[in-house]
Amino acid sequence: MIYEVFRQERKGQPFQHAGSVEAPDHAFADVYAREQYGRRGESQALWVVPREAIIEIDEFVDELNRNYHRVDGYSLKDKLRRARERVGSALVARDS
Amino acid sequence: MNESEAHSLLAIADDELILGWRDSEWTGIAPLLEEDVAFSSIAQNEIGHARALYELLARERGITADELAFDRSPEEYRCSRLVELRLLDWEKTVARQYLYEQADAKRLEQLMQSDDPELAGLAAKIDREEAYHRMHAQMWFERLKDEPRFTAALEELRPLLDADRDEHSPELSELWDEMTMVRRSQPAGTAW
Repeated sequence: MIYEVFRQERKGQPFQHAGSVEAPDHAFADVYAREQYGRRGESQALWVVPREAIIEIDEFVDELNRNYHRVDGYSLKDKLRRARERVGSALVARDS
Repeated sequence: MNESEAHSLLAIADDELILGWRDSEWTGIAPLLEEDVAFSSIAQNEIGHARALYELLARERGITADELAFDRSPEEYRCSRLVELRLLDWEKTVARQYLYEQADAKRLEQLMQSDDPELAGLAAKIDREEAYHRMHAQMWFERLKDEPRFTAALEELRPLLDADRDEHSPELSELWDEMTMVRRSQPAGTAW
C-alpha cells in the first residue's frame, strides 16, 4: 500500500507533501516514514496518509467563466499601481 | 572510565561493528525496498556507534579508533556470538535484531547512569538512535510473532546472547578476513 507523507518543517508552518512510502500496513508506514522523512531533525511533524484516503480532484468545470467568483477575479495590482502613482504625483506637486 | 566500564564498552563497540557489517549484507536484497533503506540505515548507525565507542576507548589507550577496530586478531574481539552469524533468512535476521535491541537497551540504560559524564552522554546519544531501531524491531516482531519459523528462530538464537564472549564462531574469522582485507594489504603504518 502506498502512503503519502506530508511534513511540517517548523511548528506553525503548513504541512507540505514530502513524498511517499510503500508499506504493508500503518505500523510499517509509521516506521518507514520516520526513517525517510523525520529522524534527521528535518521535520517537526509528519502526516502519513494512505493514498486511497486522499480525494483527488483534477477536473474543474467553469462553463460560464465566472471568474468573479475567484479571489483572483479582482486583480488589485493595477488599481494599486495607479493609486500609488496618483499619490506620488500629488506629493511631488505639494513639495514643489 | 573504570576497568569494568572499558571492558563492557569494548564488547558493545565490537557488537555494533560486527552487527553493522552483518546488517549491511542486506543492502540491495531486503524483502521490501523501503526495508532496504531502513535496514541499511540501521546498519550504518551501528557502525557509527561502534566508531564513537572505539574513539573513546582508543584515546585512553593512546591508539586510533581504526587500530582498535581492525588491528586485533579475531580471537580478541569481545562481540557476542549472536552478531557473528551470517543469517541469510529474513526471519532469523529479524529475530536477531529483536533480541539484540532488547539486550542493548538494558546495557545502554546502565551506561547512561555512568559517573563519567562523557560516557553517559555518549550512551544517551546512542540510545536516541537505538530508539528507532527498537521501534523497527518491535514492528517486525508484531508482524511475525505468530509465525512458527520466527518463534523458532527466537528460541534458537536467544541462548547466544549469554554465550561466552571469548568463544567465537568460524563465521567471525571469515568476516574479519573480509573486513580487514584492504587494511592488511597495505604495509603497516600506511596513512589512509
